[in-house]
Amino acid sequence: MIWQIELVVLLIVIICGIGAITVKDLLGAAILFGAYSFMMCLLWAIMGAVDVAFTEASVGAGISTVLFVATVFRTSRRTKD
Amino acid sequence: MNELISIIMSKLNYWIYIVLMMIGLYAMIAKKNLVKKIIGMNILQTAVILFFISLGAKNKATIPIIIHGHAAESHAIQATDYINPLPHVLMLTAIVVAVATLGVALALVIKVFQQYQTLEEDEILAQLKDE
Repeated sequence: MIWQIELVVLLIVIICGIGAITVKDLLGAAILFGAYSFMMCLLWAIMGAVDVAFTEASVGAGISTVLFVATVFRTSRRTKD
Repeated sequence: MNELISIIMSKLNYWIYIVLMMIGLYAMIAKKNLVKKIIGMNILQTAVILFFISLGAKNKATIPIIIHGHAAESHAIQATDYINPLPHVLMLTAIVVAVATLGVALALVIKVFQQYQTLEEDEILAQLKDE
């Protein structure tokens, strides 16, 4: 574990998480959530959990983002908060 | 001040875990949009996974694959040289469960949108009151 890299990745994780719930566009929120998941996957690769890292990269970041984008296209992009 | 910074930095993952969990809980409670609520639920789940992975992490240890596996019986294996793999295995299951709940929740959101033509919680409640 290199704590400088870990600190930077943790800050990006928090920024992406706050951005995903505050942005006023659901497609943008879905993409920011994908960026959040990929940063989380990087964090687990740094912490030595490589099996969790590639499961998160394929299942968590890949399939979750596809499901969110599909839902946004089948419903609406409008959000009030 | 330096002591405070060193106390925070030594357990940094756990502080970040608390912050992420509160972000997810806030999104689930305070946001009106249903997709935003689901994003909050996912952030909360990944925060729990971060907590468990941080439990298993060690300094100066390598990933849990035994070096020279064929001759492993000739010398003792030091458990302190390897990261604890038990939380990793538990969290693999948690990731799969998270994606399954996400799929069911998004399918329910699509059905709710087909019924009420909106994703906002207050508009849905207003339509329910009118009926």
